[in-house]
Amino acid sequence: MPKVPGLIKGLGVTFGTLVRTAKEGANTVQYPHEKEAPPIRARGVIALREDNCTACMLCARSCPDWCIYIEGHKQLAPPRRAGGKPRQVNHLDRFDIDYALCMYCGICVEVCPFDALFWSPEYEYSEPRIADLLHDKDKLGEWMETVPEAPELEAGAEKKK
Amino acid sequence: MNVVALLAADPLLDGELRWTPLLIVVLKVLVIFVLGLVGTMFMVWFERKVVAGMQNRIGPNKAGPFGILQTLADGTKLFFKEIMNPARSDPWVFRLAPFLAFVPAFLVWSVIPLGGDFTEGRDGTVTWFGQVTRVQLADPPVGILLVLAMSSIAVYGIMLAGWASGSKYPLLGSVRASAQMISYEAALGLSLAAVLLSAGTLSTAGIVAGQNSLSNWNLVATGFVPFFVFLVAVTAELNRPPFDLVEAEQELVGGFHTEYSGIPFALFYLAEFMNTITMSAIVVTLFLGGPQPITIGETTLSIGFIPGALEGTLWFVLKLLAFLYAFVWFRATLPRLRYDQLMDLGWKFMIPISLGWFLLLAAIRTGDANQWNPVVVVVSSLVLLGLGYLLFVAALRVSARNREREGAMF
Repeated sequence: MPKVPGLIKGLGVTFGTLVRTAKEGANTVQYPHEKEAPPIRARGVIALREDNCTACMLCARSCPDWCIYIEGHKQLAPPRRAGGKPRQVNHLDRFDIDYALCMYCGICVEVCPFDALFWSPEYEYSEPRIADLLHDKDKLGEWMETVPEAPELEAGAEKKK
Repeated sequence: MNVVALLAADPLLDGELRWTPLLIVVLKVLVIFVLGLVGTMFMVWFERKVVAGMQNRIGPNKAGPFGILQTLADGTKLFFKEIMNPARSDPWVFRLAPFLAFVPAFLVWSVIPLGGDFTEGRDGTVTWFGQVTRVQLADPPVGILLVLAMSSIAVYGIMLAGWASGSKYPLLGSVRASAQMISYEAALGLSLAAVLLSAGTLSTAGIVAGQNSLSNWNLVATGFVPFFVFLVAVTAELNRPPFDLVEAEQELVGGFHTEYSGIPFALFYLAEFMNTITMSAIVVTLFLGGPQPITIGETTLSIGFIPGALEGTLWFVLKLLAFLYAFVWFRATLPRLRYDQLMDLGWKFMIPISLGWFLLLAAIRTGDANQWNPVVVVVSSLVLLGLGYLLFVAALRVSARNREREGAMF
């Protein structure tokens, strides 16, 4: 036998919600017509700051889906100080993320030692063709603009050098 | 045997066979058919809208104003889909089952009083084209029995659908359906019997005519208990939540209609919602005076500017809407029962209580007729019922202990 008070209470809750919905409208956002503002730290898309990337391949190797493709070559850069030896640096030729494979785990962002990868709340990048979801470093660089400012450091925390 | 004399319970068909009455009947059939379909469309929309509101959503809002044409769009889609016949199904029964579910849902409408002129104590008949008639398709003397018969036939629709699908989930769904619907039919019938006892007639028009003021409503006259039992039994009979174990999605995919697609599926879907409307209409007819206006003592709540014949229909629709809303409300609120809880509620609570109440009402009526002392009648009946209840509880205890000894789970 059902417990009557709980039953009546439940009916009250649903009726209250009905009245609230009638008065204040539903929580639904009619997406294509009105945009939803995602939370600032939402995992929308991964953006790349190309200057910071050293093509160290840590992200590509830690990616569970193997959806990051990196190619680079070594080249000589001018010396830091006058009279010095030319430095050897890695130059990034290709940095692609296949968002058809990506599962948005964020391990690449965590693992990057040079702060080259960032989460952006941008979410409108669907494509009619699945192959078009493979985005190159230019596109990933454009998304850097949508990356929010890093939050304030907590009191007493040391700033990363 | 003279067919006309057989149908003579409807004043329309009294006397010799004429053309106008026949045309009126055809017109009624057409109107009820169209209103039934449109009403079902509305019910689907209404349910989705109200449930959406209760979950703080919007619900259908794209097809037509407020999404009211959503059902039409869904129906159109279903009508263009392929009709699948599973390889291991029984083709004939598989095709037949949706109609067994759909047709009885429609047929019940023929005996429901949909309106009538009850202003200033009239008896509910109206005059159309010079003919005195009722605002209901037919008023056979067995009216309510037809309703019971039709709701029993609807069980076959669901049972055969599951059996003929040749697949395990539909079969499980239909086994559940037949057990549930047959169990609750007993409670349904017993609470109905209480109404028939107070109305003294099986004809629906007669039952409505007897409820001409609020204190004569069967809701009050039978003492509320049969009403609540009937309401719960009807919800179970309709397989609506919280008694929708028949199509428990988490366990049985879609239950009996898992293998159905296209038009046959649409028929099941329509039948389900049409049954909700018909059963609400029956509750209104049996307990709330059908199209009778609300009369308290001498004063009648009347909607002044509407002609008398339409006012009955308006009252009927208002009462109907209240019940449709209640069914949607239950659906949005109550979680589904476990199967043994369902059976316990049906057999150990609803059937005993409706049977006891029926006996009590019968004893009171017999006492009235023979002019026995009402206090003695009530007290002795209650003592008897209490003894019966104790016996019942003892029987439950013994059977529970026996099952425990045999090592059963429940």
